[in-house]
Amino acid sequence: MSKKVEKSRGEMISFMLNGAEVQADPKWSLLEAIQFYGISIPTLCHDEGLTPYGVCRMCVVEVGNGNRTKLVASCMHPVTGGLNVRTHTSRVIKTRKMILELLIARCPSSKKLQDMAAMLELKEVRFDPLNDDCILCGLCVRMCEEQMVAKAIGYAGRGMDRYITTPFDMTSDECRKCGACMFICPVCELRCQGPQAETTLCSGCINTEPVCASIYGEAMCFMVPCLSCIKKPEDVKA
Amino acid sequence: MNLSSVKELEDLRKKILSGRDLDKPCIAVCGGPGCLAKQCLQVRDEFIKEISAKGLKSKVDIRTTGCHGYCERGPIALIFPQGIFYQRLSIDDVAEIVEETVINNKTVPRLLYSDVEAKQVIEKENDIPFYKMQTRLILSNNRMIDPNSIEDYLAIGGYSALGKVLGSMNPPEVLDAIKKSGLRGRGGGGFHTGRKWEATRDAPGDIKYVICNADEGDPGAFMDRSILEGNPHSVLEGMIIGAYTIGSGVGYVYVRNEYPLALKNVMLAIKQAKELGILGNNILGSGFSFDVKVNRGGGAFVCGESTALMASLEGKTGEPRAKYIHTSEKGLWDRPSNLNNVETWANVPMILNKGAQWFSDIGTESSKGTKVFSLVGKINNTGLVEVPMGMTLREIIFDIGGGIPGGKSFKAVQTGGPSGGCIPENLLDIPVDYERLTEVGSMMGSGGMIVMDEDTCMVDLAKYFTNFLQEESCGKCVPCREGLRRMGDILKDITEGKGRMDDILLIEDLAGMLKDASLCGLGTTAANPVISTLKYFRDEYVAHISDHKCPAGVCRELITYGIDPDNCTGCGLCKKNCPPKAINGERKQTHVLDTGKCIKCGICYDVCKFEAVRKE
Ligand SMILES: Cc1cc2nc3c(=O)[nH]c(=O)nc-3n(C[C@H](O)[C@H](O)[C@H](O)COP(=O)(O)O)c2cc1C
Ligand code: SF4
Ligand code: SF4
Ligand code: SF4
Ligand code: FES
Repeated sequence: MSKKVEKSRGEMISFMLNGAEVQADPKWSLLEAIQFYGISIPTLCHDEGLTPYGVCRMCVVEVGNGNRTKLVASCMHPVTGGLNVRTHTSRVIKTRKMILELLIARCPSSKKLQDMAAMLELKEVRFDPLNDDCILCGLCVRMCEEQMVAKAIGYAGRGMDRYITTPFDMTSDECRKCGACMFICPVCELRCQGPQAETTLCSGCINTEPVCASIYGEAMCFMVPCLSCIKKPEDVKA
Repeated sequence: MNLSSVKELEDLRKKILSGRDLDKPCIAVCGGPGCLAKQCLQVRDEFIKEISAKGLKSKVDIRTTGCHGYCERGPIALIFPQGIFYQRLSIDDVAEIVEETVINNKTVPRLLYSDVEAKQVIEKENDIPFYKMQTRLILSNNRMIDPNSIEDYLAIGGYSALGKVLGSMNPPEVLDAIKKSGLRGRGGGGFHTGRKWEATRDAPGDIKYVICNADEGDPGAFMDRSILEGNPHSVLEGMIIGAYTIGSGVGYVYVRNEYPLALKNVMLAIKQAKELGILGNNILGSGFSFDVKVNRGGGAFVCGESTALMASLEGKTGEPRAKYIHTSEKGLWDRPSNLNNVETWANVPMILNKGAQWFSDIGTESSKGTKVFSLVGKINNTGLVEVPMGMTLREIIFDIGGGIPGGKSFKAVQTGGPSGGCIPENLLDIPVDYERLTEVGSMMGSGGMIVMDEDTCMVDLAKYFTNFLQEESCGKCVPCREGLRRMGDILKDITEGKGRMDDILLIEDLAGMLKDASLCGLGTTAANPVISTLKYFRDEYVAHISDHKCPAGVCRELITYGIDPDNCTGCGLCKKNCPPKAINGERKQTHVLDTGKCIKCGICYDVCKFEAVRKE
């Protein structure tokens, strides 16, 4: 069942979020707290109604002080007092882009991934496309188990051979043909067949990298998409 | 018998010792993994036969022990009370040893250790350079006991630390001793054992677990196996003391599936300890109860990772999960759990017997005690070595390990298992401790040490370890699954001459992401082999990419074979052996190799006795 339902309100605790002191319920995940403050974080394996799984690693944020910082998956990390969290440092942005580059190379046909690439201003994919149709985010598995209480699908294989399937790869009697798995799948919706239908990267319709990040090493405001507070109109590609 | 007090334990020990004659001859045959592979059990059986045939059955003991460490020289037998070290034995040597040494108290020089350079023959184990430079605190007991005999363990002072703890120390005092000793984890991360125990002890909850990690999946490593096979009671004793300190009633030993003997020995040890009342309810009448169960590993390298191990113990798929809430708070079945490595546990009784101060006097500022390494690869003395922390890599490899065989030169040593880094010659003088190894881009890990000589291609090596980790990745998180896939592809391209200079940048980007964003330790350390070789052997990468050359002559796609007319005698051996018949020539005339037909198998190179086949 959804974890959120079980949660009751605890005593609020304080932590630093992009330089501002904020309060949050200690039962929230860091992602929930960050989103509560209106900051947008890209996620692929997370859904509000499902248990967090923490595998896409798109939601990473930088925590810690000085040169003792590390990246954590915000969807799994609890809010803890005194944490110093930064959501858009150059290290975070670089990591998210690298992960997305790998995922698009795996599934170039996904609209969600292509849109995200445009949002994060991913400009090139340096790997040969695999043309797979699953990023193994596990949303379908959790949807099926936790919301549909069917448990008709799960994981099989290991490492690079991991895939989603029904038990023993056979048609499952547990499946109710509800379609919830397809509804939640980030890869099932195909990208539009725009001008560059064949390329790995469709080089999106919007380009909104927070340009301040490359200057200051960290985004200065968190209006994502920021559109072009600093960018001149001629810098923004159609 | 059920011992109901510490005093009864000590009485039993006295009784065992008084029944033993220290001068009674004993033949201790090493039954460790290295010797087993060399038919040591046949040698042992031959000893048994010979001793009975000579009517000495009641006068001479024969003991099959755990690993003695000097695997290179196996099969090994030690003859007590003299302590004579016989090596490279075969069944044909047995009768002579029994006649000469056991009966006539003389030695058989041809079976003794001989040092090629010093041209001297050495009789006693302790005088052999390989052993002399070591500090074998944990391993040395292996040769003194039969792992299947709890009496043997008691005879060497076993369970006296437990007696001391239960008889005279409360848990905070034990904790204090472990903390003061400076003991750190021997399984990977090097976490302070005392602090870990304390966190589990302080975590709220009535039910807590202690777990022993004996999954040891690193290729070429057998430290934990040798301890568990050779001295299982020492690990149990450590666990019981840990459980008492932490407040745990149940423990688990998670043994790698491929270690049936370790599994058998530890199960027998548990049974024996229970029979004596050293394990189970009301241990030694102290009121403290603790039970240990044994589980077989899930068969994957990643199952050694703490959260994956616990998932596997719960009967789930052995996959890691995020550890932002420590396992000391929420581990096995979400209860506070303390996981330590086999060697970590084996250190515990020693610390309590000899004192925290004694232990912390050994080693460096930040790394205390000794560490067992499995020394393998291109090294003269393959085997298990135990040295004080702070000894230099050079001393380990050259003084103990005896250097590189075949007159070749040293190139690099990889420490810490498959995801450790490669350390070059100019850094060999660094002392072995947790921090220094990490600083140079490698790690202590669990103690693997693979030595490489000049014939190793570092790109090929990085590819090998990347492929190993790629195959062992559970595939759950994106950075590791997709990152290692691509890293493997790029390295393959480079070794086939299809690399581009941009690839180096891409490798570095992938490595940064793996380290920063992977879910578990497999992914976060997986780039070490690539990054360290790129750092110390960058020119080899460049040679592969821009010159299409493999300087070590390993990468098949990048080498060509040819025949040097000056050296060729026309013996025809290469021609005879070449599978695709790519070599032509008349007898006694210079042969010619057709590179178009050559499949680069290297057979001609190996068979030519005149060094006339060149590889470039
Ligand atoms: C992929 C992976 C494999 C591991 N394998 C082992 C292992 O085989 N044995 C072991 O003791 N620790 C292993 N570890 C380290 C454990 O996670 C854990 O840190 C250790 O058992 C803790 O014990 P210690 O503090 O006594 O070292 C592994 C870690 C990772 C990330
Ligand atoms: S099928 Fe879709 S929802 Fe399921 S794991 Fe794959 S990408 Fe995720
Ligand atoms: S880092 Fe690798 S082994 Fe660890 S969880 Fe991720 S995919 Fe699995
Ligand atoms: S084996 Fe060597 S010497 Fe003999 S023919 Fe071949 S190249 Fe010449
Ligand atoms: S959303 Fe956090 S790891 Fe996927």
